[in-house]
Amino acid sequence: MTEMSKIDTNALLMDVTRFLWHEADLLDACAYDEWLDLWTEDGLYIMPMGAGEDYANQLNLCYDNAKMRRDRIGRFQAGFSISSAPPAVTVRTISRIVIDKTEGDLIAVRAAEHLIEDKFGRQRTWAGNAYYELKAVDGGFKLHRKVVKLLNSDGMLNSFSYLF
Amino acid sequence: MSLDMPKFSDLDALYDEENAKVATEMYEDPDLFAEEMEKVFKRTWVFVAHESEFPDKGSFKLSNVGLEPVIVVRDRKGKIHCMVNRCRHRAATVCEVKKGKTASFQCPYHGWGYALDGSLRALPYPEQYGDDFDKAQHGLLKLRTEAYNGMVFATFNDDIEPLVDFLGPEVCRYIDLFMKQGGGFPVKVLGEHQFTVPMNWKVQLENTTDAYHFPVVHKSFMQTLDGATNEMFDFLDKGKGWVEDLGNGHSVMMMIPELEDLEANLDAPIPERFSALAQELRDEGYPDDQVRRIVRAVGGAGFNLNLFPNVSFSLAFFRVLTPVSVERTDIRHMALGMDGGPAAANQMRLRLHEHFQGPMGFGSPDDAEVWERVQRGTKGGEQLPILVNRGMVDEEPGTAGPRGHISAETGMRAAYKMWKRMMA
Ligand code: FES
Ligand SMILES: [Fe+2]
Repeated sequence: MTEMSKIDTNALLMDVTRFLWHEADLLDACAYDEWLDLWTEDGLYIMPMGAGEDYANQLNLCYDNAKMRRDRIGRFQAGFSISSAPPAVTVRTISRIVIDKTEGDLIAVRAAEHLIEDKFGRQRTWAGNAYYELKAVDGGFKLHRKVVKLLNSDGMLNSFSYLF
Repeated sequence: MSLDMPKFSDLDALYDEENAKVATEMYEDPDLFAEEMEKVFKRTWVFVAHESEFPDKGSFKLSNVGLEPVIVVRDRKGKIHCMVNRCRHRAATVCEVKKGKTASFQCPYHGWGYALDGSLRALPYPEQYGDDFDKAQHGLLKLRTEAYNGMVFATFNDDIEPLVDFLGPEVCRYIDLFMKQGGGFPVKVLGEHQFTVPMNWKVQLENTTDAYHFPVVHKSFMQTLDGATNEMFDFLDKGKGWVEDLGNGHSVMMMIPELEDLEANLDAPIPERFSALAQELRDEGYPDDQVRRIVRAVGGAGFNLNLFPNVSFSLAFFRVLTPVSVERTDIRHMALGMDGGPAAANQMRLRLHEHFQGPMGFGSPDDAEVWERVQRGTKGGEQLPILVNRGMVDEEPGTAGPRGHISAETGMRAAYKMWKRMMA
């Protein structure tokens, strides 16, 4: 891997954007096996609540290591979890992508996420800030950490049968 | 039904106690809902907060009693007050911060200031009210407030019996047992998941002592557990548990009798899923007996306790319902931990809570979906009753009321019996 600072930042932004859009595409398509493959084994997927940053010691919406990610996908796919069979249909937009910093092979990125779900003939809208730590690997990236902070994450939500 | 008769005079038609049948209107009628808010939620003890949510002098927390927004607060002397969040001048809410610490409440509209106990302290330019304006008559509207073992309840009903009498000795005993999951430390609320479900509040009221749904709705949760834990949650098949009517609408569902008292059987082998935690605590220097006590407490109590009308104690969390409208109910799932306890133990409690509870849990979304489906289903077949008669066949007398099979609907019958008493 070439030293990040030497890489043209516009090219990096384009590569990162393509990766995040690919991830979003997989999630909207419920292509969860491929989504799992995007992760490093020790990666963490967290949806926190409120403003605190000490995720390990506070209550989150989810705090998923590799096992929890696999279990969650297993639950979505097994077909008898009533909330995910059938699941809500989602369309999401990832936008306002900013590369915050690069350090070694890690890239800190943040973006805005809007998601619309459709189920039972009603639609709901969610918005959040997504913070990624991408690990540069041969010819691409892996998700090493993804933190999605929903607006109103500590307010009244509903149940989600999908990922953000 | 004749038009000049009050619509709900026929309570037997709404809940037929003998056959344990509930009328569809019970989930659907807005007028009935309005009457429930008056006759149930304004006349009984309603859970508002846990003491750990506002631990210090001057700390407060917003809550609800039925539809009414309230502030629960500790004054300078540590006394707990619960008052309606409505300025006595022109009704603005005096507080919109969910939780925090303050010296007083100042209305943002014209600046009336209230002390922590709700009394009106000062108002800008009082002259225009004349000399006979009595500040003592213009404090925030206060509710009677009492607590039992950290659980704070409030009521608009000044004539109601004391809280401990309303709960009764059996409920108090179960609350005390439940709080043993502090593992020797005080129980503390670590956070709460909040979600709203398009359903009538009674659909949720029925759920916390409904073991019948567990293996069906929570199959996908069960599949993510290790063998021994799965075995433990297989309480329906083992059939050792029971459900009991504890009086005044309250009920208990004993799922795992071995875990009724977390301070008993401390010599039992430490389950596999807690072995790493036990080792971590030993490494931190906790003595073996304390390690055992903490580890046993981490998984939660072996039973659910349902208190009429709005709070349940479930394994390791509190579930609070707030009615919003006839077809909408807000739910809070409060995660509990050990105040001052080892971080590793609390982290495990948090992860266990996240695993099942809340909008992203492996359990709550499935619960929420079936609750919503109940509400959607009642749109059809208006004349069909809802059945809560399961387990009447072999119910026996328990300590405080009838006791049934673990999957019996005894808890629902307890709640509806109380509902009927209060609606009369
Ligand atoms: S409404 Fe509160 S001071 Fe006027
Ligand atoms: Fe459930």
